[in-house]
Amino acid sequence: MVDSKKQWKAWLYLSPALILLLIFTVWPMINTFIMAFSEGYNGMSAVAGEKFKFGFGNFAQVVRAGGPFLKCLKNTMLLCFITVPISTMLALLIAVCLNAIKPLQKLLQTIFFLPYVTNTIAIGMVFAVMFNVVGIHTPHESIGIINSVIVAFGGERVDWINITSSYWANMFVLIVYIVWNALPFKILILLGGLQSVNKQYYEAAKVDGTSRIRTFWRITVPMLSPMLAYVVITGFIGGFKEYSSVVGIFGEQMGPVGSKGRLNTMIGLIYDALETGDYGRASAAALILFVIIFIVTMINMYVSKKKVHY
Amino acid sequence: MKVVLQDLTKIFPSRSKNGQEVIAVNKFNFEIPDGKLIGLLGPSGCGKSTTLYMICGLQKPTSGSIFFGDDDVTELSPENRGVGLVFQNYALYPHMTVKQNILFPLQNFKGKDKLTKSEMLERAYNVAKLVQIDDLMERKPHELSGGQQQRVAIARALVKMPRVLLLDEPLSNLDARLRLQTREEIKRIQRETGITTVFVTHDQEEAMSISDMIVVMKLGVVQQIGQPQEVYDDPVNLFVAKFLGTPPINVFEGKVEKGKLYLGDDAVMDVVGVDDQDVYVGIRPEGFIYNKDGALRCSLRNVEVMGRDVSIVSENTASLNPTVRSIVDADNKVDATAQEVRFTLKPHKTFLFNKETEERIGFEIKSVKEETTATKKVSKATKSKTAK
Amino acid sequence: MNKSDNNIDNVVSEVAVSEQVTEQMEQAVDQISQPEQTAELKSAVMRERNMQTVTTKQKVGKIFVQIGLYLFLTIMALIVLFPFYWMIISSFKTLDEYYVNPPTFFPTQAFDIKNYAEAFTTGSLDILFFNTVYVGIVSTVLSLVITVLSAFAFARLEFKGKNVLFACLLATMMIPGELFTITNFQTVINWKWTETFTVLIIPFLVSVFYIYLLRQNFLQIPDELYYAAKVDGTSDLKYLWKIMIPLALPTLISITILKMMGAWNSYIWPRLVAHGDAHRLITYGLRNAFTPADGQMYDYPVQMAAVVMVSLPLFLVFVFLRKYIMKGVSRSGIKG
Repeated sequence: MVDSKKQWKAWLYLSPALILLLIFTVWPMINTFIMAFSEGYNGMSAVAGEKFKFGFGNFAQVVRAGGPFLKCLKNTMLLCFITVPISTMLALLIAVCLNAIKPLQKLLQTIFFLPYVTNTIAIGMVFAVMFNVVGIHTPHESIGIINSVIVAFGGERVDWINITSSYWANMFVLIVYIVWNALPFKILILLGGLQSVNKQYYEAAKVDGTSRIRTFWRITVPMLSPMLAYVVITGFIGGFKEYSSVVGIFGEQMGPVGSKGRLNTMIGLIYDALETGDYGRASAAALILFVIIFIVTMINMYVSKKKVHY
Repeated sequence: MKVVLQDLTKIFPSRSKNGQEVIAVNKFNFEIPDGKLIGLLGPSGCGKSTTLYMICGLQKPTSGSIFFGDDDVTELSPENRGVGLVFQNYALYPHMTVKQNILFPLQNFKGKDKLTKSEMLERAYNVAKLVQIDDLMERKPHELSGGQQQRVAIARALVKMPRVLLLDEPLSNLDARLRLQTREEIKRIQRETGITTVFVTHDQEEAMSISDMIVVMKLGVVQQIGQPQEVYDDPVNLFVAKFLGTPPINVFEGKVEKGKLYLGDDAVMDVVGVDDQDVYVGIRPEGFIYNKDGALRCSLRNVEVMGRDVSIVSENTASLNPTVRSIVDADNKVDATAQEVRFTLKPHKTFLFNKETEERIGFEIKSVKEETTATKKVSKATKSKTAK
Repeated sequence: MNKSDNNIDNVVSEVAVSEQVTEQMEQAVDQISQPEQTAELKSAVMRERNMQTVTTKQKVGKIFVQIGLYLFLTIMALIVLFPFYWMIISSFKTLDEYYVNPPTFFPTQAFDIKNYAEAFTTGSLDILFFNTVYVGIVSTVLSLVITVLSAFAFARLEFKGKNVLFACLLATMMIPGELFTITNFQTVINWKWTETFTVLIIPFLVSVFYIYLLRQNFLQIPDELYYAAKVDGTSDLKYLWKIMIPLALPTLISITILKMMGAWNSYIWPRLVAHGDAHRLITYGLRNAFTPADGQMYDYPVQMAAVVMVSLPLFLVFVFLRKYIMKGVSRSGIKG
């Protein structure tokens, strides 16, 4: 069946994709390694034709004490390890409830998917408005809708994202936004999984008089375990690449006014290096991020292999 | 259009690295007469589908050639051969209506063959009428029953007016009743159009019932070619004998000694002109005669009365099948409570096969109670017809 | 006379039947009056009653559970929807009303459409819209062509090294895109592509994931359709166009929408390579035009009006093509 004419044709059809991939995917992959291990590589000197020697200088530069690396790593890790469990649990809860109702199911499902079809930056701006305190005193002071609710319930208003805001107040806003943003995808996948579970398992459990809680833990969760694993793994990968949410709420300075870069993330670190032309440093940071993501994914896969039933 | 296959061979390269290559079809020689319906018959993996695909042009033979009439079409691509092919699962385009499906092949015609819209429609409707689906033209395939889809597939194959029509397991996706109906239908359409037709099947009953000729294949090698009844009555080897007939032939281990055939200790028949040797003995279910004084003794298991026939299920130590099934006329009053049942054998329904080669051994019939007058010569099956 | 005879016969037989029935009834009564059996019967009745109370209890419980479910889901839905509501409501407020404490949940001073007009001119949204739609359409069309051709080659054609090549492509999917961005940034600077539409379109045209998705879809189309078309003399390209593409249409629509959404939402790459006015895309433009400089106050209602206008097209697409988006997303897990 394999004749030379067909061969030629196949390569012709593939050529646009392959050429573009070579230029914009394969070469960058190789080049990133070259740059990362070239001591002091940067745009200016590269153009000037300077030769670089092999070394770990870029990596040392990235992780040097007092630099932004530890801060970015901490922010990214915190966001990841807080938002992924919260959003997964909440999504599971919502999906299970959605699966248990009949009327309005489609409508509610659509509503819960809505945050997915939004522009991360644009809606980040909306969250900023909701939490923001603007102005100094009445009448030109708006404490924002969230603070108004807190005050209405007798609480004390919090400075969420302004100049005087605390780190944890900032983090709280970010976490709320990221969870809100992460819910739709997780609900979609988990609900899809729930709907494909054979109803007979539930009927059998009912006949045996199994309680709702027991049914949930002994049937629903194991049956959903492949989807849960998938959602958690993609959640972590996405979490480590968090960037746009911060830009949406805090703007490009990645922090409240006066605290530039307070909420910077690993991706932000890469782009900061990129903008100043420090390609070597950017590459090193990207490789570090890649290794972290790789390790976390491997751990996730290992755990889910042990826990996923199938 | 007669179709000639000359030394047709297809060898597939091995799938795994150090596996052996597979000889799917080995030196197939056959001249299919014009306007006949030919059944390619054999178990799965016997090379029948590969043969069909080679005739069609979807697969190129490793060696050998194919002629349509006097044209050598071996190197031609499928569209230039003028063949129509009907697939086992019909392969109707699911997003097109029946009409669009039938029109599709015509729209590929180029140059001087190109048809106008109205010509295409006329041909589509004519062929739809032929297969009796002209009232379903606007439906989509999923709105049709299996039998209707089958007709559409045949119509799509016929609309190009092919020189040869090829059917790949045309009935296997239909339920039992539809199968009988469609069988007749295919026969009718083939007769009406007079197109040389080759179809592939693993169902011997199907092949026997409608083919003008059948080709029995095994592991890429043609075993026997002939008219269905001829092949049934005169199989060249044990494989063909076992493959044809329902209920299947009863096979025994036997022994020829001094012109007599022994099954166990029973000397069941005189066989003249056969050297002393161990043999396989095949006896068709209808080859038994119920006879209280018969030479073949079997222990009776069960008697099934089926209207005009009686099926006697018994056991015999020489039998290679767990039970021996014999079908006798219902006029025989079979005592169902008896321990033992005895038979005489009809010589022309009894076949001897060489124990090693499993080839048929011919013998001369001298004297059997039932056929005292005619001493009939049962010829060794005509080997000339086979490709071996 | 015959008639009356018949009647009498009937009456007689009727009496006979009624006698039989009475006998049976009496027997039945006898049986019931036996003490053991009564107890049994009673317990059966009790059991039935218990069952009934259990089922009513269950029913009540079920209703409570259902109410709980709807309550929870409604609250969650309101939380999910609230930012959208707040965005819209804020966009219609005058600046004065925006500063009212506690905030109003519905504009009390007339709907302020001016915000939209102002947002449109401040943000030069017309240029941003045009640029984004242009980049979106061109890159989607080109991407579809490339994806279809590659998927067809991988699904339908035979060539040496096919499986190895496909595995290599899939492997690239695991590497985060940021790794590529650095070199690509250099490349487009070297090629003097910055501040053009080309730079926004070309580098990310090929998506291995879309090729994979479409190839899987193509593979589901039975081989026999291809053979049937071959026998009828259909060329590969015609088969692709007439059979495969119509059959894979839902996947193609999903890809189209995801790709368009990608253009609409892309931020990082456009910010790097095309921040000039002429080629600015919507997300980057939005973030920049409406970000207050340090310490400066800003007109938030106008900002929200801009956000509404940027979000609206996505919502409209979602409303009309929900099915394809959700299908595409559930298979991809990739945003944009």
